[in-house]
Amino acid sequence: MLTKRIISCLDIKNGRTVKGVNFVDLIDAGDPVELAKLYSKEGADELIFLDISATEEKRKTLLDLVSRVGESINIPFTVGGGISSIEDVDLLLKAGADKVSINSATVKNPDLINQLADKFGSQCIVVAIDAKQINGKWKVHLVGGKVPTEIDLFEWAVDVEKRGAGEILFTSMDNDGTKSGFANEALAKMNSLVNIPIIASGGAGNIQHFVDCFQESNVDAALAASIFHFKEVEIIKLKKELKNNMIAVRL
Amino acid sequence: MKIVIIDYGAGNVQSVMFALKRLGYNATLSNDADEVRQADKVIFPGVGHAKSAMNQLVEQKLDCLIPQLKQPVLGVCLGMQLMCAYSGEGETKCLGIFDLEVFRFSEENKIPKIGWNNIVGLETPLFKKVNENEFMYFVHSYYVPLAKETIAQANYGITYSAAIHKDNFYGCQFHPEKSGDAGEQILKNFLEL
Repeated sequence: MLTKRIISCLDIKNGRTVKGVNFVDLIDAGDPVELAKLYSKEGADELIFLDISATEEKRKTLLDLVSRVGESINIPFTVGGGISSIEDVDLLLKAGADKVSINSATVKNPDLINQLADKFGSQCIVVAIDAKQINGKWKVHLVGGKVPTEIDLFEWAVDVEKRGAGEILFTSMDNDGTKSGFANEALAKMNSLVNIPIIASGGAGNIQHFVDCFQESNVDAALAASIFHFKEVEIIKLKKELKNNMIAVRL
Repeated sequence: MKIVIIDYGAGNVQSVMFALKRLGYNATLSNDADEVRQADKVIFPGVGHAKSAMNQLVEQKLDCLIPQLKQPVLGVCLGMQLMCAYSGEGETKCLGIFDLEVFRFSEENKIPKIGWNNIVGLETPLFKKVNENEFMYFVHSYYVPLAKETIAQANYGITYSAAIHKDNFYGCQFHPEKSGDAGEQILKNFLEL
């Protein structure tokens, strides 16, 4: 049986792990390679490295860090942040990333999804979508959630699947950093509209939030950062509780 | 021991290199026929589309070489599927080492299948010291049905081949290089065949 995935997200700036509340006020939470090894041992199913400053500062994601992580861990990991071309993806995959996560560039140039899926296969193309509600409607946002667009979240999700995305990483900007739970209603709606795996992101504050997320939305994976980094939630305890709630996990 | 990872331009070979390095082995990336032939162990990786991968194998004349190899060969993910006779992905004629066909998962499932799945019915020394129901990491949209060559099974709507074996050829649908310590054990077992 395919199990639900727990993903630890490491936001990277200048080669260090950071996590901000609503992407502002960054706090250093450690060395990415050490953290990656730790999470791998503690039972994380996957890791995601997001170079959060990359889009803003037009920097390329740190290939050196990707290689060091790849050497060190034996679970899959995704790299995102500032990816805007076939060449970017090629370099990251060659450095040892298993998947890449692309965000703003796909909104500006949707055909990029088709091109990447054709060249590298859908299985390694994660399309990240940041969204929040404006007047009750979910709208896609860019540049770490700072720039609103007119694009409807659900229409965009359907479109990225058609274009060849292998997975969607949906971050609710309304929930991110609040520790009040995932955007389960929006996740459930998205899950009913697309037939590719969905990763829930934004809002995890305690173990029950993960239970609620899987039970209410039935998405494929749930992601968190700071609560893992600061040991507020231990992954092994989280997975045991998910299992107690009849949610299939790798233990 | 000389380990060659077949480098035909398809797939992420770096993670296999890294996994072997963690086990204390250095592998060579190569598409050179002599070098592949002389290796003690050959790993045949692959991700992406069956059609374009087969085209690259043909272009580099590896399509004739691989089926003739006598040393242990491990096909991983798309590599395993390409060792079969035919893939529904792009209606592609494959290497034909296994007289098996590769099908697309039913749309009742999410496609691609991505994540950790337990494997059962483990046979052959490839799974030495690996427990039944151990979890492996899978990423794929196409599958090989159960057959007499099946040496491990997984389930996704249907039960299918998680690994296959015939003579000196082994194939894993999952990614042993990304499947934690148990995955590394499988790679180690292959290298010790």
